[in-house]
Amino acid sequence: MENERRVISVIVANEASVLSRISGLFSARGYNVVSLTVAPIPDTDYSRFTIVTKGSVRVIEQITKQLHKLIPVLRVSETEEMIEKEMVLVKFPITENLSDISVLSNAYNGKIANVSTESIIVMIADEPKRVEHFLTAIKRYHPIEIVRGGTVAVER
Amino acid sequence: MQISGAQMVIEALIAENVDTVFGYPGGAIMNVYDEIYKQDGFEHILTRHEQAAIHAAEGYSKVTGKVGVAMITSGPGFTNAVTGLADAYMDSIPMVVISGQVPMSLIGTDAFQEIDAIGISRACTKHNYLVTDAKDLPRVLKEAFHIAATGRPGPVHVDIPKDVTAQIETYVYPDTVNIPTYKPHTKGNKRQIKKAIDAIAAAKRPLFYLGGGIINSNAAEEVREFVKMTGIPAVETFMARGTLHHEDPLLISMLGMHGSYAANMAMSETDLVIALGARFDDRVTGKLSEFAKHAGVIHVDIDPASISKLVNADYPIVGDVKGVVVEMMALAKKSVDAEVYAPWLETIEHFEQLHPLQYFEDTDRLKPQWCIERVGEILGDDANISTDVGQHQMWTAQFYPFSRPRQFISSGGLGTMGFGFPAALGVKRGAMDKVSINFTGDGSILMNIQELMTAVEKKLPVINIILNNNYLGMVRQWQTLFYDKRHAETDLSVQPDFVMLAQSFGGVGYVVKTKDEFDAALKDAIEKNVVALIDVKVERLENVLPMVPSGGSLFNMMLLENKKES
Repeated sequence: MENERRVISVIVANEASVLSRISGLFSARGYNVVSLTVAPIPDTDYSRFTIVTKGSVRVIEQITKQLHKLIPVLRVSETEEMIEKEMVLVKFPITENLSDISVLSNAYNGKIANVSTESIIVMIADEPKRVEHFLTAIKRYHPIEIVRGGTVAVER
Repeated sequence: MQISGAQMVIEALIAENVDTVFGYPGGAIMNVYDEIYKQDGFEHILTRHEQAAIHAAEGYSKVTGKVGVAMITSGPGFTNAVTGLADAYMDSIPMVVISGQVPMSLIGTDAFQEIDAIGISRACTKHNYLVTDAKDLPRVLKEAFHIAATGRPGPVHVDIPKDVTAQIETYVYPDTVNIPTYKPHTKGNKRQIKKAIDAIAAAKRPLFYLGGGIINSNAAEEVREFVKMTGIPAVETFMARGTLHHEDPLLISMLGMHGSYAANMAMSETDLVIALGARFDDRVTGKLSEFAKHAGVIHVDIDPASISKLVNADYPIVGDVKGVVVEMMALAKKSVDAEVYAPWLETIEHFEQLHPLQYFEDTDRLKPQWCIERVGEILGDDANISTDVGQHQMWTAQFYPFSRPRQFISSGGLGTMGFGFPAALGVKRGAMDKVSINFTGDGSILMNIQELMTAVEKKLPVINIILNNNYLGMVRQWQTLFYDKRHAETDLSVQPDFVMLAQSFGGVGYVVKTKDEFDAALKDAIEKNVVALIDVKVERLENVLPMVPSGGSLFNMMLLENKKES
């Protein structure tokens, strides 16, 4: 039972407690949540959840079926053909090497988002794997805080 | 029509042809009870505990096939009902449960009798609603009945704050339901059905595995025809008892943990499992890696999530069993040849002779199995049978001669002690022309004993047959077998006088120690036509056998005589 990482995109009716229905399903059945994002889909009565999960092929199949069984769920898609991006905010001490940090963030579709007397905040947005590389690379600059946005994805 | 939210509830129930509501009033639901007082469109049956109201509605639903309806108040009224909701959820029983809630302005303030009801019921209902505006009530109630009864059925919970039941709004009950996100798939895929029929035609040792979905789908008649037409033998799950007539020559018996030797061996030897409305529950399959090891699997189920959940389906068919079976029959007429199964049927016959389902009357005390068979002889088809949970439940499933679907009403998935008696009240209410028998144990009966009052008040003459072994028998059996006979907290030697107990409520009671006394008590209880407790002193240490120990392989059964392994 190898654990595969999968991205599941779920379109749900915008109604009260739909978030707890979905998170409740994951906790009740012991499924993993790596990340979960949700936002309304413009000009519709629906929202999109993007859930990154891990599990065997059988578990992933169950997750999609169980999600679909929830009454407010319109569509569940789980394919490998997804364009994935994740945004990350990182705060560094102002005393670190700012040009290095700037170059690194540029390389990962990012830039400096804010500068104060104490710290500098950069944002990047990239594929999940590259986000991991970025987070490893910046370790030496002593990040004070790292805020990951969770994966968002859309089918090709 | 400008009416209150409470009146809307009444109007909607009448529009849904509800004739019986089981319930218990309280503060937050009082507006609705005030309207119940004024109406005569349906009867309200006051149980003496909210859990019993839900079980009674379950029993009513299971025997009639209609949506069961129960009504309760907020806080403890609701939490008492949770066991019933969970029971209905596990056994896919269509129900609408309406609860009162504290007024909107008090929600979230830890108000008196406030609890996050939909937060709790989310985990044990098919769907739930908190109605925050009376404008939504007609649509929500219409949807609730629709969702409960369609697809894989289940309980729907509607929580209504007190100010919403007081709110006056325009009422128009919708004729149709429009939920874009809920479209259950009922029609089986034609190509898959064709493939399944080809697989049946190629199989040498096929086996029908009949599940409770057949009963929910009202498909027993079609399944009986399909079995007869193909000549393929069948095993039933606990939930499917009564699908085939007990005399059907192709019915082997129940399979699973306490299934018959022949049924479990047939499942272990088959080369093609034809699962109809069954969900491969762990009490059925035993050790999964050894389950039907040599077989391909056809799985027909209305719930896609049930397919390939535990056992991989080679021929998955998502759809309503009834429609799918009709389509399968149309195709099978041309390709399935019943003659080819002669050697397979011979093998099964051999299994049946080797270890038939039986018991021995080898002690002075009555055997519980005898009591069940005896009721079968005396009442047979004239009784609806409910049970509580434990040894008596398994013996009933093994030994009662069921002849029709919806004759057997029991708590399968959740295994709720205390289910039987209140469920039997609902069963009786739904089928007044049949005798309502509840086989129960000396443990289970005390879990909803207060319902004697409901039975007396509402003239629902349920006959409770207590197979009394002064033990929490099933747990005692496991302790005997797997815990070196350490009978921790299962000895129920201290007991009430069941005769006086029944009498104190206005019912009748009997103590039975012999066969003659048993017959006499049953006869008298039927004649008196009032709720009865028949306290049958049965053999204390009788075990339910065969038994597949939890997690063991289906073919590795403890058997009656010397527990030798097959």
